[in-house]
Amino acid sequence: MQLDAVPLAFAIPAALFLVIGSTLTLLGAIGLVRLRSFYDRIHAPTLGTSWGTAAIMLASMILFSWQQDRVFLHELVIGAFVMATTPVTLMLLGRAALHRDRVEKSPELPPVARLASEKPEPVAENPETT
Amino acid sequence: MSATLLSATLIYAQVVLGIAACLAGWRTIVGPRAQDRVLGLDSLYFVCMLLLVVTGIRVGTPFFFEGAMVIGIISFVATVALAKFLIRGEVIE
Repeated sequence: MQLDAVPLAFAIPAALFLVIGSTLTLLGAIGLVRLRSFYDRIHAPTLGTSWGTAAIMLASMILFSWQQDRVFLHELVIGAFVMATTPVTLMLLGRAALHRDRVEKSPELPPVARLASEKPEPVAENPETT
Repeated sequence: MSATLLSATLIYAQVVLGIAACLAGWRTIVGPRAQDRVLGLDSLYFVCMLLLVVTGIRVGTPFFFEGAMVIGIISFVATVALAKFLIRGEVIE
């Protein structure tokens, strides 16, 4: 692309959106590496799939609309597709991990997600002793 | 003015997305359990898709969008199939 011919009114928002999108994606990847359990880690990449994708697609739309001399909205297809499919895939993956952890009785399973039959019996409140 | 601004921003975006792809690949290789690997592979897919879009901006052709869209669709299908495999043990029953 002829970068020196882009007017500043197009270049500044595009640059801003590029920086925001790539930085958010990097933060999501760092969270993917640093967080402790799988149920924490599954939240981290959504930072990149929501505003990371949206900002980079907006920057691409701005620059290509200037280059092609018309409103150029092909990126909307990718953005809408990513935003529609990411919750579906991550919900499925979370259900799969939950199923595997329940079958293996993994200690990584959070206490909220345990089934009622697996919960330890309450010890302190025994009606016969009082 | 705008050339230096845009080229610096594009280089920054490419480097940062490359680092993010490396981190996702690290989680794919190391990840202690199978679902961690699937999650790392999913994020590797969309980071590569964003990298392809940024490369398309830099080169200046709109033909990179088809590639990015194909990567997005393959990422959806692959992650759904792998999650089904993790639940059931087989993809097509």
